Amino acid sequence: MNTILIGLAGVVAVAAPVLFAVIGETITERAGVINLSLNGSILLSAMGGFAVAYATNNLLLGFLAGMIIGALVAFVVAFSSITLHQSQVAVGFVLALASRDLAYFLGVPYMNTPGPTLPTWSIPLLKDIPLLGAVFFRSDAITYLSYVVVFLAWLWIFRTRPGLMLQGIGERPAAAFVRGANVNRMRYIYTVIGGAIGGLAGPAYTLSVKSGWMGTQTGLDGVGWIALSITIFGGWNPLRAAFGAYLFALLQWLGLVLQPSLPGIPSQVLQVAPFPLMILTLLLVNIGNAEWVERTLAAMPEPTRRFILKMLRALRASPPASLGVPFESE
Amino acid sequence: MNVELRHIQKHFGKVHANNDIALNIPSGTIQGILGENGAGKSTLMKVLSGFIQADSGEILLDGKTVIIKSPADAIRYGVGMLHQDPLDFPPMRLLDNFLLGRAGGLFPDRKAAAKSIHDLSAQFDFSLDPEAYVDSLTVGERQQLEILRLLWLGARVLILDEPTTGISASQKDKLFETLRKLAKQGMTIIFVSHKLEDVAVLCHKVAVLTAGKLAGETAVPFDAKKLVEMMFGKEISLGARHSLKIGSTALELRDLAVEGARLRLSDINLDVHAGEVIGVAGMEGSGQAAFIRACSGLLRPVNGRVRVNDQDLTGKSYHVFKKHGVSFMPASRMEEGLVPGLTLTEHFILAEETQGLFIDRDKGNKLAEERIKSFNIRGAPASAVESLSGGNQQRALLALLQTPLSLVLLEHPTRGLDIESTIYIWSKLKERCQQGAAILFVSSDLEEILQYSDRVLVFFSGKVTPPLDAASLTTEKLGELIGGMGWTNLDSGKSA
Amino acid sequence: MKKNIWINVGFQAGALALALLITTLILVAAGAPPFKAYASILSGAFGSSNNLTAVLITWSPLLLTTAGVLITFAAGLWNIGVEGQMTLGAIFATWMLRMLQDTNLPPALIIVLGVLFGMFGGALWASLTGALKTFGGVNEIFGGLGLNFVSTALTIYLVFGPWKRPGVGSMSGTQPFDEKLWLPTLAKTGLSPWALGISILVVILVYLLLRGTYFGLRLKAVGKNMKSAFLLGIPTWQYSMFAFLLCGAFAGLAGAIQVTAVYHRLLPNISNGYGFLGLLVAMLINYQAFWVIPIAFFFAALNVGSVQLQILYKMDSSFAGVLQDLLVLFVLLGQGARQRLLGKE
Repeated sequence: MNTILIGLAGVVAVAAPVLFAVIGETITERAGVINLSLNGSILLSAMGGFAVAYATNNLLLGFLAGMIIGALVAFVVAFSSITLHQSQVAVGFVLALASRDLAYFLGVPYMNTPGPTLPTWSIPLLKDIPLLGAVFFRSDAITYLSYVVVFLAWLWIFRTRPGLMLQGIGERPAAAFVRGANVNRMRYIYTVIGGAIGGLAGPAYTLSVKSGWMGTQTGLDGVGWIALSITIFGGWNPLRAAFGAYLFALLQWLGLVLQPSLPGIPSQVLQVAPFPLMILTLLLVNIGNAEWVERTLAAMPEPTRRFILKMLRALRASPPASLGVPFESE
Repeated sequence: MNVELRHIQKHFGKVHANNDIALNIPSGTIQGILGENGAGKSTLMKVLSGFIQADSGEILLDGKTVIIKSPADAIRYGVGMLHQDPLDFPPMRLLDNFLLGRAGGLFPDRKAAAKSIHDLSAQFDFSLDPEAYVDSLTVGERQQLEILRLLWLGARVLILDEPTTGISASQKDKLFETLRKLAKQGMTIIFVSHKLEDVAVLCHKVAVLTAGKLAGETAVPFDAKKLVEMMFGKEISLGARHSLKIGSTALELRDLAVEGARLRLSDINLDVHAGEVIGVAGMEGSGQAAFIRACSGLLRPVNGRVRVNDQDLTGKSYHVFKKHGVSFMPASRMEEGLVPGLTLTEHFILAEETQGLFIDRDKGNKLAEERIKSFNIRGAPASAVESLSGGNQQRALLALLQTPLSLVLLEHPTRGLDIESTIYIWSKLKERCQQGAAILFVSSDLEEILQYSDRVLVFFSGKVTPPLDAASLTTEKLGELIGGMGWTNLDSGKSA
Repeated sequence: MKKNIWINVGFQAGALALALLITTLILVAAGAPPFKAYASILSGAFGSSNNLTAVLITWSPLLLTTAGVLITFAAGLWNIGVEGQMTLGAIFATWMLRMLQDTNLPPALIIVLGVLFGMFGGALWASLTGALKTFGGVNEIFGGLGLNFVSTALTIYLVFGPWKRPGVGSMSGTQPFDEKLWLPTLAKTGLSPWALGISILVVILVYLLLRGTYFGLRLKAVGKNMKSAFLLGIPTWQYSMFAFLLCGAFAGLAGAIQVTAVYHRLLPNISNGYGFLGLLVAMLINYQAFWVIPIAFFFAALNVGSVQLQILYKMDSSFAGVLQDLLVLFVLLGQGARQRLLGKE
């Protein structure tokens, strides 16, 4: 029992970087911008955050550096797509590669050097809640922050006045403009904020989950791509996205737990288990939109058709209608 | 609020969209703005509502000069605009739509807003549920929501852009009643339209725009003939209707059932003969889009048979229909008709049969030149299609239709086009009829339906009339049917 | 018209200069003397005939992946999965060679079969992405990325599992094939003229395909507007699928060449980033097939030259990547700046 709880606490901690990345991306995409650079910017912020924390021996500055790096990369995405009208996918992809290469190139001096690590802070009272306490409240500050960020993002998008406008900007910018929004300025702001939140993912890893920078062996490469798919899986809702992030961390952990019983399968193989699962979940979320499904359904008997239609509707996630579409006010 | 416009000038490149326009609209007036597409109505209204700024000229509200820099500015001054396609957020709730854009604290007071919706709805006898999603509403209800929202924001001038397109007759009556009530309360209403009859019924005075200039103003009672003269320079007729001898059956529908976005059509039986034109009328979203797509193989019917030239093609794809001489021209030209980024020549090459592996560019250019000439397209073979005007894009689409052709299906073939293009396009379509093609077209323009159809189908929320003889219909009768009235005892006139 | 071309060139040159400036600053930040560093890259690429050979060997797969993604780009598809398609090409080629190496078939035939099977493997892998996109609505970027990771895992599984060397599996790959199963190389250089010749031929083919054929024009129509293309009578999803298959086959060819001409075995990470690099080259040349040959050569030279940096200054060879990425980024930004400042021509 205890080992399971400790394992689950590990899952929650491992999920924290993914959570930051997913929430950052959710906010950015809600405004109508895709920041595809995530995978690279996470690596760069991981390296930069660690380097700053190492050089200054100040953890806070490390996290701050991560946020600044994430924000800067996001700013380039915003500038090139909003101001210069370049394809968000093209620029995002190039930035994903550029920041990754830059992280590996500039990170050489910090390779495999021990550096500061975030200490464990159990939260009094909460840590004694049966089961939940051990899983959620005997962790460190950045893990707790990840809970707060998820809740705040949900509150902001769905409950506040500016959040309503944020939804509007991604959904139908022309209508948001008529209602007084400076659409492109807001897109800049939310892209940069989303980037800064995503930028916490890097240091959350190198200063907490698995301390230190190990170049290509750090084990972070790919997390950004996973986070981008979880954003879709989460239907641009922070709570559903958080659920997705925990689910993936759980599956990854199960893979490690099960490894001893599967000799002959190298650990690298089990580590990619989330990717086929990611494809599968995307398939489930998207298949309702496919045309042949409609055609096939049209030929089915009524009750079966109704049932399948209902299932698909429940799973389906529709992106903000203007995601990736530039806006010009005449 | 008194609205005064002085010497409004606006250029778009070489186009003089507004040329020295002056208007004075006292509080409590319903002012009609009449004009053809491209006459400058929209530009003028965009200037007043802050969407764009005039090159020069003044706007005075209650005698004070104001500078309106954005739509948000406009509503602060009390000027609200209701767009033809209401600018709302379909996947969001009514209440969220209502709240979105209103200033206030971080957490909006939802209860108070819901109460405002109820109170305002009661005042105008609307029934709107704040918790419903906007994409479940009709266009008419979305207009009502927007009107309430603008009033809630403090609008004292209400601009309506072509509000009667796409709403039912009863919703139109309700809208007009609401506007009259608002005018009595001292609101200024500006009603933009190209429909004479709407303007004549509703407005206190009318200004007519042509080619960017104010052609004239008149007040009630209106002389329809004079208005038409002001709009077109002279009274025009669209050319005489002439029925053709009908030939063999091009399209045969038996017990057809189709499922659209929100409704289901069933038991449709129709025979379309070669050389015949069938008009499909109805307010938008009544099922016409699903119907015409089922006729072209783009949508698989859930029941019934579709036969083209006596061949059963039920459930086959559009490309099979195309091989049997069926062509579909959708409403959105750049989205579903032409390929932006490719030239006219490339379009003609794509539409032709392939010959070998490599393209003969010279031959393609020659073909393009021929078609450009015979379809009177303003453009060069190397012009990218997105650089053409709407009318020329529509001509290009017509020029792309294959030969021979047994059935042409069109959606809004002349929407957004000027009179000249409209007449030209119909003359080309009639040529196709003479060559033995049948035409089935969807339109929301009643005059177009009556003018060009031999028989008419009317759609109303998923119901379809039997084919009606166009000669026995009037605009009034058609308008009623579209609005869901007079559906009992319908006689198909001619047997199908 | 002529003036426009010069303005265009000016913006391109400005973008390149900016990219160089930034990379120089990065070099300085990393503590390397920048001019010496650039010189060492240059000598690392062209300093000796060995180095030049290495550039030519790198050039070949890059030509193939670039040619491949030009087809998918023309169809409006972001085939990020090209990396995995190349890997599968290598796996399938190895598989065929392993099956036939102990038979009496003529070695030349075995090699040809291996290469063809590699192309088939690449196309098969691409068809997965295509099917996910066409029938499942899964964006090809995510489908492709996921399959890239899966292909890496598959390689590792094979290298450490069923195909491991006698004794124990290691990152150095499977047991090398007998020399008779190697694509013939120029004397003592390791460079296979066959590989290079086929790659250049493929580029020329793709150039002709996209420029002058009905197939190319239809593909472009599908890429620019799927709905309109369908109404014009083009079988759209079949064309998208075919673009995936062609690109996958070329990427698979690249992988098969790595096995038959370069490494003579299956290695983990055998695609070595050439797929992504091909995407970068395609973006840098604004999808114009005419420029593939020189720009791919330039990128290959950077890749090979930057190894020198690692040896001389103990810097990570990802520097080549930094330079390449920033070049593409600034060219994209330069295009945007030109359109914004001068309006679209």
